[in-house]
Amino acid sequence: MSKTLVEKIWDAHVVKSEAGFPDILYIDTHLIHEVTSPQAFDGLRKRGLPVLRPQQTVATADHNVPTLNQLLPIKEELSRYQVDMLTKNCAEFGIELYGLGHPFQGIVHVIGPELGITLPGKTMVCGDSHTSTHGAFGAIAFGIGTSQVEQVFATQCLLQQKPKTMKIEVNGVLGQGVTAKDIILYIISKISAAGGTGYFIEYAGSAIEALSMEARMTICNMSIEMGARGGLIAPDQITFDYIKGREFAPAGEEWDKSLAYWKTLYSDADAQFDSVLTFEAEDIAPMITYGTNPGMGMGIRETIPATQSQPDKEQLSYEKALAYMGFEDETSLIGKPVDYVFIGSCTNSRIEDLREVAEFVKDKHKAENVTVWIVPGSKQVEQQAINEGLDKIFEQAGFQLREPGCSACLGMNEDKIPAGKYCVSTSNRNFEGRQGPDARTLLVSPLTAAAAAVTGKITDVRELLVKA
Amino acid sequence: MRKFEKLTSAIVPLNIENIDTDQIIPARFLKATTREGFGENLFRDWRYNGDNTPKADFVLNNPTYSGKVLVAGKNFGCGSSREHAAWAIQDAGFDVVISSFFADIFKGNALNNGLLPIQVSEDFLAAIFAAVDKSHTAQLEVDLEQQTVTIADTGEQSSFEINPYKKSCLINGYDDIDFILNQKDLIEAFEKAR
Ligand code: SF4
Repeated sequence: MSKTLVEKIWDAHVVKSEAGFPDILYIDTHLIHEVTSPQAFDGLRKRGLPVLRPQQTVATADHNVPTLNQLLPIKEELSRYQVDMLTKNCAEFGIELYGLGHPFQGIVHVIGPELGITLPGKTMVCGDSHTSTHGAFGAIAFGIGTSQVEQVFATQCLLQQKPKTMKIEVNGVLGQGVTAKDIILYIISKISAAGGTGYFIEYAGSAIEALSMEARMTICNMSIEMGARGGLIAPDQITFDYIKGREFAPAGEEWDKSLAYWKTLYSDADAQFDSVLTFEAEDIAPMITYGTNPGMGMGIRETIPATQSQPDKEQLSYEKALAYMGFEDETSLIGKPVDYVFIGSCTNSRIEDLREVAEFVKDKHKAENVTVWIVPGSKQVEQQAINEGLDKIFEQAGFQLREPGCSACLGMNEDKIPAGKYCVSTSNRNFEGRQGPDARTLLVSPLTAAAAAVTGKITDVRELLVKA
Repeated sequence: MRKFEKLTSAIVPLNIENIDTDQIIPARFLKATTREGFGENLFRDWRYNGDNTPKADFVLNNPTYSGKVLVAGKNFGCGSSREHAAWAIQDAGFDVVISSFFADIFKGNALNNGLLPIQVSEDFLAAIFAAVDKSHTAQLEVDLEQQTVTIADTGEQSSFEINPYKKSCLINGYDDIDFILNQKDLIEAFEKAR
């Protein structure tokens, strides 16, 4: 019988399937971090249970960590306590921890792939919604709540309803200055912040196949912003080349065996999806969000849709969102001054993102009125940036290269955007207060963020690019 | 987990769409390492000004509204996977959340904690909002066994869907871990066979 990629991986991991019950799904890899794990460890203690397969669990500290002076004790007491708690719990339950100071530390969704832990055909979970990132390798990867973290600790399994499947095809060639981030912001703006709910999305089509692994991760990362359980892309030569030689990637005979299996991981030609959507790469411009959910996005030269054009029941919320942002119906954002530029988060903090920004800002300088933070996704990304001399370029441009962590993506540490200020951000959520109480977030690609940094206002990056 | 029984209660209406988990409980309040106490910061930035004084026009600060049922607009609980959102709602005294659409992870988290998410049609949701508009103390009856929710004042009733397994978990107060642990042999057999 023909199967979709999701079905192939799912079926290979079902421990038990019984009518009227969710499937018992086996989990290959469990990633954890300091914020969503302590209550799960507590739960285990109360039940008197060990972590069933500690060697299939990897921990890092990322959400709460400072991005300056990481080797000093964390100043904020509650943050320090939470990070210390993770260290204690990992020691007690025998889990490998890449904590502060470790050369592998970083945002959980950045380190999995770069260490070769994320592999095609795996099932992976983490108490974090952006676990969908790992789907870029052709894995079933999704975010879970803390009760489920405890469940995976205790049983290495999850009770899960088999998801519906959706295929999103993007065909054609992207224009200059248009990147993976623009593709995904475009799709979300078309299908809304809830348009993927209940689905696992497979991205396909020539525009997707042409993307690097980093770019594919950016796309899969934001699947959750349309409500999808996860997103994935069939592995191909680009995937295999990326994985080969990484720290924990299979090697030697294991590699050959794995590769043979990975090559079977695609949706059969006549496989049935519950829903199929198709987009054209040529239609996509550099994108920007103007509201308070990621579905409120538009091409950077467009004007904000009128409240009147929204469905009746949603006009109140829409109006409220624009008021929060300080924007008005049917206006353009081009030329609007910005206060902060944040380049980071599990969406766009990989070495490719930093390279792209560095290449653009080389011999340029940030505008007076903006503060620019570049927060690498991991220690390894940071090191690589330094090895390639990107740190010098950023320094000359007046950009601050900080230490790895989630940082201003969610403002749990000190990196908060002040109330009322505008932040052009490469992260994934523009919710009210996401980057700090009353902060205003505009989601964009790293290139568009770099353009705003240099001009101090919202800019169509294509105007600053040398014509190819 | 607490057992869920029938419930009759007044309603707290929050007629806003796309309420995300960052509104339910902002990230800066996720630093606790236990499950308790998050209710204090439920809808923190809608409830309080920057100087911690309550915002008078927010529904949770309006004493004429009370009850164990939170009713909200479409796509409730979108955003992050933080279970703290479900804990906060529960900790603030709610047993049921009603919306015309829930984000997946939130729904799962709620069910795993004995907080019942009830999805109703847009029209029925509008009927509930209309009923509270008319009388702030309008009562709602929730019957999990029968899978119905009824507006007491008008008698309007809607049925709702719930996974039968999850329903029995709620009614009996047991959870997924108990269920899977009973099948540990199967897990080991699965691992051996790979
Ligand atoms: S970078 Fe942002 S979205 Fe990614 S894991 Fe951290 S907090 Fe979540």
